[in-house]
Amino acid sequence: MLRAEGLCHSFGAVRGLDDVSFSVQPGQTLAVFGPNGAGKTTLLKVLAGLIQPQRGSAHVDGGRRAIGWIGHQPQLYAQLTVRENLRFWASLYDVSAPGDLLTRLGLEEYADRPVHALSRGLVQRVAIARALVHDPTVLLLDEPFTGLDRVAAEALRRLLGDVMKQGGASVLVTHNVEEGTELATDVAFMRAGRFVHFAPRAGRGPEQVAEEYRHAIA
Amino acid sequence: MRSPDLLRHAWRVASKDLLVEFRSRTAILSVAVFVVLVLMVFNFGRDPTAVSNIDLAPSILWVTFTFAAILALNRAFQLELENQALEGLLLAPIDRGSIYLGKLIANLVFVATIEVIGVPLVALFFNVPVLQYLGPLVTTIALATIGFVAIGTLFSAMTVRTRFAELLLPVLLLPFMILPLSWAALATGRLLAGRPLSEITGWLNMLAVYDLVFVIIAVLLFPATVNE
Repeated sequence: MLRAEGLCHSFGAVRGLDDVSFSVQPGQTLAVFGPNGAGKTTLLKVLAGLIQPQRGSAHVDGGRRAIGWIGHQPQLYAQLTVRENLRFWASLYDVSAPGDLLTRLGLEEYADRPVHALSRGLVQRVAIARALVHDPTVLLLDEPFTGLDRVAAEALRRLLGDVMKQGGASVLVTHNVEEGTELATDVAFMRAGRFVHFAPRAGRGPEQVAEEYRHAIA
Repeated sequence: MRSPDLLRHAWRVASKDLLVEFRSRTAILSVAVFVVLVLMVFNFGRDPTAVSNIDLAPSILWVTFTFAAILALNRAFQLELENQALEGLLLAPIDRGSIYLGKLIANLVFVATIEVIGVPLVALFFNVPVLQYLGPLVTTIALATIGFVAIGTLFSAMTVRTRFAELLLPVLLLPFMILPLSWAALATGRLLAGRPLSEITGWLNMLAVYDLVFVIIAVLLFPATVNE
């Protein structure tokens, strides 16, 4: 469903990705943990096709149409309402914005408010709705829980679970080992552009993963 | 990608840009005020006995449009940097040429709005006959505007992620504007002087060729300018 082979990419002297290879199958969620500058966001951008790797290749079944992206920034237009934003993004995928997304994310009462008038948590919820508006099968998630309140974080977990149940796959990069591990079927630790650990989660709990992460990147 | 898809997606990008501008109205208002002020400065700063209005008006018209358009073009991709919406556009399964064409359409509407404000003011301040040559004048303005907005939209995408985007855009764009501006100013001068239309046909043809060449070049180059 998603495959990376020998990905290498540098920004001048800084190595962003250094021979990264992995694959993610339907129903799998790969959680990638790493410190700042480890290359996590670069990895997601390469997978999404936003950056062309200098070496290696990335393949996503279904291409760009299949990808849903939740990143640091909400990718929304502040002057437009929630509904107008979702309509616009849906129109680029030639689909109509599904109304039930607003309900599932608790956004119905805010649908006609401009995004600039919403709190940070609500904006992040709208960003999640935007990422899911075209029913993607591959989710690329860059610190998706940042700025979310408990209710929204729970709603996001439910939505991600739904995508996985329908045979989707996801790659999640985060600092938050606890939240990342809960969702993961596979875990990778990244340092200086390389995977220093990549294995199925295999029943390991967040504390165990956090302990292994500390050792791996020390 | 098929042409209907390209145009449909371009129109969606353009509609979104125009809706955002309609909601905020900050850019259009500030540029409109700029146009009024520039024309007033020219009006009060000139010596009416030194150069006739007919000779002066075309240059002033085009200098005003040039700087107003640069102000407008600067904001074209700035909008996409807020909240990194540009990444969302690049992720969408649409031809990147449609993003360019959408921006071009929105910029043309924006600059045309400024020109609609500017032309009557030039007629008013400089007492030049505009109405009797309105058709050919609109054609001249439209052809020149398409050319420099086409290349300006491309440069706006190139410079938006640089530190000195607002300075860099005019530095890159002005050399490319010299030809269409000089053709447009010459054609406008002939029109306002009541010369026959046959005298400006050559310039209009050159403007049309310029438009065609630079729109095609910009559509082809745009994907490379937005890659990280």
